Amino acid sequence: MKDAALPMPTQRVPATPLWRHPLARPLAALALLLAVAAVFVPGFFHLEIKDSHLYGSLVDILNRAAPLMLAALGMTLVIATRGIDVSVGAVVAIAGTVACVLVGSHGLAIAFAAALGAALLCGLWNGLLVSVLGLQPIIATLILMVAGRGLAQLLTDGQIITVYEPASFFWLGAGHLLGLPVSIFVVALVAGLTALLMSRTALGLFIQTVGINPVAARLAGVRTAAIVFFVYVYCSLGAGLAGLMISSNIKSADANNAGLLLELDAILAVTLGGGQLSGGKFSLAGSLIGALIIQTLTSTIYAMGVPPQVTMVVKAVVVFAVCISQSSFWSRKSA
Amino acid sequence: MSLAPVLALSGIHKGFPGVKALSDVSLRLFPGEVHALMGQNGAGKSTLIKVLTGLFQPDAGTITLDGQAIAPKRTEDAQDLGIRTVYQEVNLCPNLSVAENICAGRFPRKSWLGGGRIDWTAVRAEARRVLSQMDLDIDVTAPLSRYSLSVQQMVAIARTLRISARVLILDEPTSSLDDAAVQRLFTVLRRLRDQGLAILFVTHFLDQTYALADRITVMRNGETEGEYPAAELSRLALVNKMVGAPPDQQPTRLDSRASQTGTPVLKAEGLGRRGALHPLDLELRCGEVVGLAGLLGSGRTEAARLLFGADSADAGHVEMHGRSRRWHSPREAIAAGIAFCSEDRKHEGAILELSVRDNILLALQARAGLRLVMSREQQQALAEDYIKRLGIKTASADMPMGQLSGGNQQKALLARWLATQPAVLILDEPTRGIDVRAKEDLMDQVRALAVGQDADAGMAVLFISSELPEVLHCSDRLLVLRDRRAAGEYRRGELDERSVLEVIAAESA
Repeated sequence: MKDAALPMPTQRVPATPLWRHPLARPLAALALLLAVAAVFVPGFFHLEIKDSHLYGSLVDILNRAAPLMLAALGMTLVIATRGIDVSVGAVVAIAGTVACVLVGSHGLAIAFAAALGAALLCGLWNGLLVSVLGLQPIIATLILMVAGRGLAQLLTDGQIITVYEPASFFWLGAGHLLGLPVSIFVVALVAGLTALLMSRTALGLFIQTVGINPVAARLAGVRTAAIVFFVYVYCSLGAGLAGLMISSNIKSADANNAGLLLELDAILAVTLGGGQLSGGKFSLAGSLIGALIIQTLTSTIYAMGVPPQVTMVVKAVVVFAVCISQSSFWSRKSA
Repeated sequence: MSLAPVLALSGIHKGFPGVKALSDVSLRLFPGEVHALMGQNGAGKSTLIKVLTGLFQPDAGTITLDGQAIAPKRTEDAQDLGIRTVYQEVNLCPNLSVAENICAGRFPRKSWLGGGRIDWTAVRAEARRVLSQMDLDIDVTAPLSRYSLSVQQMVAIARTLRISARVLILDEPTSSLDDAAVQRLFTVLRRLRDQGLAILFVTHFLDQTYALADRITVMRNGETEGEYPAAELSRLALVNKMVGAPPDQQPTRLDSRASQTGTPVLKAEGLGRRGALHPLDLELRCGEVVGLAGLLGSGRTEAARLLFGADSADAGHVEMHGRSRRWHSPREAIAAGIAFCSEDRKHEGAILELSVRDNILLALQARAGLRLVMSREQQQALAEDYIKRLGIKTASADMPMGQLSGGNQQKALLARWLATQPAVLILDEPTRGIDVRAKEDLMDQVRALAVGQDADAGMAVLFISSELPEVLHCSDRLLVLRDRRAAGEYRRGELDERSVLEVIAAESA
């Protein structure tokens, strides 16, 4: 055939080497961090079974990273649609407060349902502002970020509410199942369900399409507004669950400090996992790894005995290094 | 002309992957003339301007300024040489004063003894000097936003004149101006011309070209069609050169088709939208290709968008299979069996980072909702089937869309809509920006689609193109638009190229 002899400049071999895989860099960063921790923190990889529970730094990191991972999953989808949700921390505070206020008087089931209901309302509010009224995502969610903590404080009259019973309330954040923290199972379940939702329905395709080219998406018949609405609701629900987990873990509702700056860590986790703030392609696994990078870093710095006032700077330097390593600057150079 | 040209381009070639944008283009600009650059969508006008302003470097050819060869590598180079450009969208800061806007970037400064600070007295004086050159008397200390768009446009021009401009390029400067403002602008331009400036004026308005231009260069398909004194080129001849002479050797399909017609599928009655399209009647039948011809801005794309629900109509309605409908979104039109391939492939069609497979599947999946329409294996098979049938050149269906050439992206988008098995297919400039062979391929596909197995099985196709020969070649029926309303309809067998051209070129009422 004549055609076959023509060079086709647009063709490239589709098989990509392993190091070109989108998860390669986040994984390498995590491995490097773990290696550094192993050198500087004695017994970092040590695991032992006490009272039939598995203990060790690695388990601890997974447990502590759980709320962030929940928030990062939601943030991944929001960012994939070119959006951003800075109200995550406020929703954590609201959900935790609602649960703590109600759990003593109305029981666990009502308290959890009300907390998630409150988170759902927050998500509907954000979705309304962004997708129906067309506000800029950062401004729209900034409203709830500012107002949310205020609402939570109204519920508690500005006090920290401590929960003493029922003991079942502490299971979610501090309990164990099969020797591992319950929070790890919750994250695995949520991540698994989300991944299924993305692969077994067209949702993942639509989210990416809306993020990459919203105009073309609308003209192809995608319900762009509904998709955008959904991601904000989903993100708030994840934050609500994270809020339950945090308040269950600390056995109290702290409207001022629970989930403080969690939204920024979640955005960072998505970025560290290879997600682009410009929207489009996303990776749930990447964001989970990003969250683990952040928590490993935090735990390691504490374990190394770095003074608290230096912690933030060290964190910033590492984040800077990881972000720079992922910059498109390098791929441009090599291309 | 006895004078030497101030700016001359010859043998300019510029190609992009899969596209030949400019081919052996030449252009001469003389001092003291307004030179109109005319051409349809995709004729290569903007590429040529980008070459002139240093945004693109030509693959071959020479540019000379005052007889010296130049090769601007950046826009700053072109500016320093005195080639100044004012773009369609005013690129100024509305919250700064007129004087600041005029001098921004090159503020007169006090001497280092004075601290090197900006000399505001000089800034104002400088701004007044340039504006008086244009005979424009406005308060230079007032914020720019206080003035109308036309004055802002003139301030943008004043800005370019400050530093010894030799050549002024105006890219569609009038598209956002009303008639009175256009007249004011023209007065200023004539004045500047009389001062010896060479002005290159890019527009698609015929009336304005004849009101202002001394000479006209026509481009078509990335080539120079010719250079003519405006007084010696009739409107009809100009349009003829812009849209291309109707092919004599090729028998048009209008005669070759069997005369039977299919059943009506889509009917528009008085469909219109303020500022976009005057009420329009249109009927599309099964197995029929209807061509929509007219110049840029005649309402072709607007009509297509109303039929598809991409914009909502404020007058009239559409009838689909005999049922009266009003679309509120493209979704509803797609559900009813309409497909629309936009002229803006990059912004309104392709999802560049997703695979060819996902791009092909998108409209079908969107119509079905969240439930996957088919298994991954079936998706792959469907995509591969279309890749084969339409001859899309890609290494695999998993290839990101962005790595395909323009023509192959266009075919993949065609596949996206064919996969929905539409009753009505609207193609807006499907051949724009793709090379000649890809064009022919695509037109063959379009023809094959409409015919189908028999007349009632084929789809109705609405074919929009800036290239008259293409429309004539493809269509069974031709609707001509001018000034956002229908200006003529030609049925099979009654087609006369000359009268089509006359209708397209007629002076606006």
